[in-house]
Amino acid sequence: MSTVFIAFQATPDARPIVEAILADNPGSVAVENPGMVKVNAEGRLTIHRSSVEERIGRAFDLQELHLHLITISGHLDEDDDQFTLAWRN
Amino acid sequence: MDMKVDKKLSLKDRYRHQTRGLGWETTYQPMDKVFPYDKYEGIKIHDWDQWEDPFRLTMDAYWKYQAEKERKLYAVLDAFNQSHGHLNVTDARYINAIKIFFSAFPMLEYTAHRGFSMAGRQFRGVGTRVACQLQSLDEIRHAQTQIHTASNYNKYYNGMHAFTHQLERMWYMSVPKSFFDDAITGGPFEWMVAIGFSFEYVLTNLVFVPFMSGAAYNGDLGTMTFGFSAQSDEARHMTLGLECIKFMLEQDPDNLPIVQAWIDKWTWRGTRVLALVAAMMDYMLPKRVMSWKEAWEIYFEQNGGALFKDLERYGIKVPDCVAQATVEKEHISHQLWAAMYQWNFGTAFHTWIPSPEELDWLSAKYPNSFDKYYRPRWELWAQMEKEGKRHLNTGLAQLCQVCQYPMIFTEPDDPGKLCHREVDYKQEKYHFCSDHCQHIFEREPEKYVQAWLPMPQFYQGNCGGGGVEEFFKWVHLVPGQDNMDFEGSQDQQNFARWKGMATSNQ
Amino acid sequence: MSVTAIKEYVGVPLDVVANFHGNQLLYVAWDRHLMYAAPGIFGAAPGMKFGDFVAQTLAPIYQGHPDAAQIDWSKTEWEKGDKPWTPDFARTVAENGLVHKEFLRFRTPGLNGYMGAGI
Repeated sequence: MSTVFIAFQATPDARPIVEAILADNPGSVAVENPGMVKVNAEGRLTIHRSSVEERIGRAFDLQELHLHLITISGHLDEDDDQFTLAWRN
Repeated sequence: MDMKVDKKLSLKDRYRHQTRGLGWETTYQPMDKVFPYDKYEGIKIHDWDQWEDPFRLTMDAYWKYQAEKERKLYAVLDAFNQSHGHLNVTDARYINAIKIFFSAFPMLEYTAHRGFSMAGRQFRGVGTRVACQLQSLDEIRHAQTQIHTASNYNKYYNGMHAFTHQLERMWYMSVPKSFFDDAITGGPFEWMVAIGFSFEYVLTNLVFVPFMSGAAYNGDLGTMTFGFSAQSDEARHMTLGLECIKFMLEQDPDNLPIVQAWIDKWTWRGTRVLALVAAMMDYMLPKRVMSWKEAWEIYFEQNGGALFKDLERYGIKVPDCVAQATVEKEHISHQLWAAMYQWNFGTAFHTWIPSPEELDWLSAKYPNSFDKYYRPRWELWAQMEKEGKRHLNTGLAQLCQVCQYPMIFTEPDDPGKLCHREVDYKQEKYHFCSDHCQHIFEREPEKYVQAWLPMPQFYQGNCGGGGVEEFFKWVHLVPGQDNMDFEGSQDQQNFARWKGMATSNQ
Repeated sequence: MSVTAIKEYVGVPLDVVANFHGNQLLYVAWDRHLMYAAPGIFGAAPGMKFGDFVAQTLAPIYQGHPDAAQIDWSKTEWEKGDKPWTPDFARTVAENGLVHKEFLRFRTPGLNGYMGAGI
């Protein structure tokens, strides 16, 4: 299986998103580099809107990710409730 | 216009309305006459409606989030400039990496903006056209934010004053320029593979992620912020590039060999361009997040490897050039910096010999190559400098007909021998740095015979006249100020003086 | 197809010999001496003696190298287009059969660069 990843700017707004990913994707690992945090996962990684909302205490539009996003790897599938990166191998 | 909407449409519905509802089959003129450029490359598309943008970004969301990104970015830039943030970088040497970056990238982003505007007009599929339009807007935003970020440095440091001019004239700028010229003169599908896939998906991570993290590490908030802000757009661009590849491969089996040839070509061309970034990471960042080789392993070998593995289902093979690129990750940064060092009389940035501590870092990061091939070079040149015999290579360099680099790369199986390939075409000799550049030429020789190679142009007298002094004037390079060694440069002196003023009451 | 294009397309080569005002180009590399990062590009008159090209154009480029003083040009071994070739130093560039943009590489037996490391 190949690694998918998503990287965010190391900002307070991005932190609850990273926390949601780490909680919802067993085995995912956050790697911190200057100015950024990169989350790696084997094969698949999902961000659930509800999980982010629980952490920030307000409604969250998954497209807000664009404000903090640096880069991704994997095929993307996004709708109103979830944002998934996956390799099909 | 007042519209009553009972219920908010879902993301998928909104995207569908924008990318399906806005197109139509033309009737006054046949579609092939309205869109004359999306078939000649040989790519067969049967159903444009199969195109999907996984981000499903609609115009309203695009403007909303891009505006927010811009506000954040310019708040940082303003604060950085207002507080003389440039004096907080680790070392004034660092600014030379920024000079290279800002000399090349804004104009390349601008070319990308033009290219996506063209592709957006050329494709007949609406989803594809919308995606190209958004990317075109992103690219001009990148050009603008980069120029704004650079302008503050340009006020205080040399070498950045003529970047628009130098893109066309400066010898080493022909490397990235020729990459984009090659891409934009292909058809729209090749453009998508060149920029959308190879450059964005396979390669920009190496520029905008570890290098920008390096900018953060070296105290350059402005560059870090625009870099990450740009890369957040690149995440969409990569998705678009990958989508385009999948789309072509799923539409018709005849598309496979064409797509494969483009992937082979553009993976190599991109890899070559990135040798510049390799040198910037290994030699120009005073504080380093990771070596070029490590970045290559994470972002090319692991990430690109996963991608190629994924595309196997369509019959795509890992490009042949990857084997050579894997060997070269141990060498290219060193070869590039050694070249810049010896030709720095012709560069609009400064160079230096790595300090003993930096040599040790390089030895540790490159145990297979550095001590054997490159450390002795730096030690010899340090010794020569001490003796007042600073090594300058007054012979100008032979250039590769395709990538336009000086032919500094060595044989894949012999790092002690400069690699050279040649081809006779229509009674004329052409030379290449590698098998892969040769193959690119052989596939489309009529394209590459036209290459504007700076060194032969210099010998033809087309670079301001015959001599080096005329060349300097023509390229807007101020000798003794923009070029030569960092040690003793005006930049070095100014930085030390201003830093002194910033940290004392003198 | 020699280029993917919407119609018949013929490129105009920019570096044909006619553009060099009576000179031609030669590319030369000193094998195992990577202190010089790439092969050099040189202009030469076709009627120039090859020995003069070596003495007046080529040798000065390399004079900063620790091996330079020990080069015995009569013992150098040459390749043309990556194949073995023997120059005649007394004859001209043209008489030696060197065409425009010829690639030459020479070896200096016994001299293998700084510390024998090919530098």
